[in-house]
Amino acid sequence: MSSYHINYLDALEAEAIYILRETAAQFENPALLFSGGKDSIVLVHLALKAFRPAKFPFPLLHIDTGHNFPETLQFRDNLISKIKERLIVRYVQDSIDKGRVKEETGKYASRNALQTVTLLDAISELQLDACIGGARRDEEKARAKERIFSVRDEFGQWEPRMQRPELWNLYNGKIRKGENVRVFPISNFTELDVWRYIEREGIELPSLYFTHERDVFERDGLWYPDSPYIHREPQETVVRKKVRFRTIGDMTCTAAVLSQADNVAAIIEELIKAETTERGSRLDDKRSEAAMEERKRGGYF
Amino acid sequence: MELLRFLTAGSVDDGKSTLIGRLLYDSRSLLRDQLEAIEKSSRKKGDDFLNLALATDGLKAEREQGITIDVAYKYFSTPKRKFIIADTPGHIQYTRNMVTGASTANLMVVLVDARNGVTEQTRRHSIIASLLAIPHLVVCINKMDLVGFSQERFEQIKEEFLQFSGKLNIKDITFIPISALQGDNVVNLSDNMPWYEGRSLLHYLEEVYIESDRNLQNPRFPVQYVIRPETAEYPDYRAYAGMVASGIFKQGDAILVLPAGFTTTITSIDFYGKQLPEAFAPQSVAIRLSDNLDIARGDVFVDAVNPPRIGQDILANVCWMSSDELRPGTVLILQQNTRRVKAKITEIVYKIEINTLDEIVGVGALKMNDIALVKIRTAAPVLLDDYKFNRATGSFILIDENTNLTAAAGVIRG
Repeated sequence: MSSYHINYLDALEAEAIYILRETAAQFENPALLFSGGKDSIVLVHLALKAFRPAKFPFPLLHIDTGHNFPETLQFRDNLISKIKERLIVRYVQDSIDKGRVKEETGKYASRNALQTVTLLDAISELQLDACIGGARRDEEKARAKERIFSVRDEFGQWEPRMQRPELWNLYNGKIRKGENVRVFPISNFTELDVWRYIEREGIELPSLYFTHERDVFERDGLWYPDSPYIHREPQETVVRKKVRFRTIGDMTCTAAVLSQADNVAAIIEELIKAETTERGSRLDDKRSEAAMEERKRGGYF
Repeated sequence: MELLRFLTAGSVDDGKSTLIGRLLYDSRSLLRDQLEAIEKSSRKKGDDFLNLALATDGLKAEREQGITIDVAYKYFSTPKRKFIIADTPGHIQYTRNMVTGASTANLMVVLVDARNGVTEQTRRHSIIASLLAIPHLVVCINKMDLVGFSQERFEQIKEEFLQFSGKLNIKDITFIPISALQGDNVVNLSDNMPWYEGRSLLHYLEEVYIESDRNLQNPRFPVQYVIRPETAEYPDYRAYAGMVASGIFKQGDAILVLPAGFTTTITSIDFYGKQLPEAFAPQSVAIRLSDNLDIARGDVFVDAVNPPRIGQDILANVCWMSSDELRPGTVLILQQNTRRVKAKITEIVYKIEINTLDEIVGVGALKMNDIALVKIRTAAPVLLDDYKFNRATGSFILIDENTNLTAAAGVIRG
């Protein structure tokens, strides 16, 4: 029987495809949350494997903070024209203009938290009953507790102490009208697994993930891109460095790392030797020990 | 590199979180920012050592109370294997969360405090492992440093455990004396216990043979989703997407479609533009057939030569997970693989006393966390594979139609 050996990446891939198909089958109106980051790009690749030669049974939904790296948007548009799937974009700026949210100010101002409102508004406007996301359990300890089918109440809230038991691979997506489910097909991938999968599958990524020269400044031991969206203190001086991004979120909450890695194999090499996790470069998680849990309870991705 | 999913059981006092912290720490899976966060929390709690247990508790309430409430999944890998740990709660009121973690595991690590020996919890956790047919059980006798690394004490506890576990359905039991706090026999063999001739826990986890844990004998393919592009390029393409639950399917195989009972032939096994000669558990593929039949989600392709039994009367062990009581006559939705049917609980045959395995008859209702043998009548036929031989198709959940909550986990007894 040894020829029926299954490699761990194949096992993770098969599980993710299974979850995507369960989502398509169990829900009437799902969407895939696409941020332009590597995890959502991997999700798109997995969806191609799950549904081709047919079209995706769901659109891609991008919650645009307006503070994206231009490379991310360029990449997104190229990808969409290549795979010919439907993309829906909703803007945080619109939520601000409508007075639904108020822009943060000060040194650590970010639109990261504001996205939640735009997302919840989009869910209700588009009547989505499931949102597929690229979150992984290894990212953060609140995420380590989350189910693969994670039910949100009609206010978009996550109640971690009341989660449905999730047994075998029998996902229960039954919900009441107004509730929705967040689905996480790559829950069991680690950061390294994602990169190894990208390498194996030859998945294209935005250039931001690879080393490039950029104007940056140092804050709290991290390198931030110099940008009109980020408040810089007078003593924080801009320097030009060879950097790359380990995660790509909103420009205001994503810091770069010094790196020479210009291809996927070099990135994997770098990760194996890394001393910090990828969320170590995410300002949004550094706010408090329960930062992610609190944001998730409120309806965050 | 293979994937091994295991769960850890035992109460906080048995050192479970410390053991996981130790595995993560010694395999270099905890990185600097995580260690800094643990250091910060350790200091806040007044611990004068790096409290590795803090690496696992994820929710605010858990950190406040110092207990594990829900399953947390942790990841680490060595050059040999990738591991997924389901860190599950030990308290009896969270049995359902432990069952959740156990359902997908190949192996359970149960911790026993060397000072206390086999306790009620040890027995309960092992019984759950047995009911869920987890193939491998590792009994880690922890805190050996507190009993002077005594071989005699180790042998005594091992004997005690074996006396009780004779009644269980667990094929493979291994005993390892450890100190999670100090690291003895966790990753490296300990100089403090030269009398121990086995492997360290990590070495065991890397080497334990798991290939035969999958059922590759009985072909079962639950249809998940029908792929029909209906495009100019693929006007008539129709493939049945799903994950092979067990067994092997080959192109050209004769199959039976259940519950309808049609026989047909596999013309193609498709995967992302490629045709595969065969597919085996747990691959996700899409299967095309020679005949145009009425097949939908919930149908199952099986081996035409040696098909499973189907029927509407199920005998099953269930773990009740809802705060509402379960009484005979209750109607629920039964989900087996991709199929959902209405189901009525017709009889509670007996409740299992999960600390002793005693069978208690004459029970009128089941409460949350109870495990019982029940009879169920379904509105339409379902597969009747015995869970002992097929974990993928012998399992089901029961869903409460009013609340939509998952109310029970069930395993079919053939």
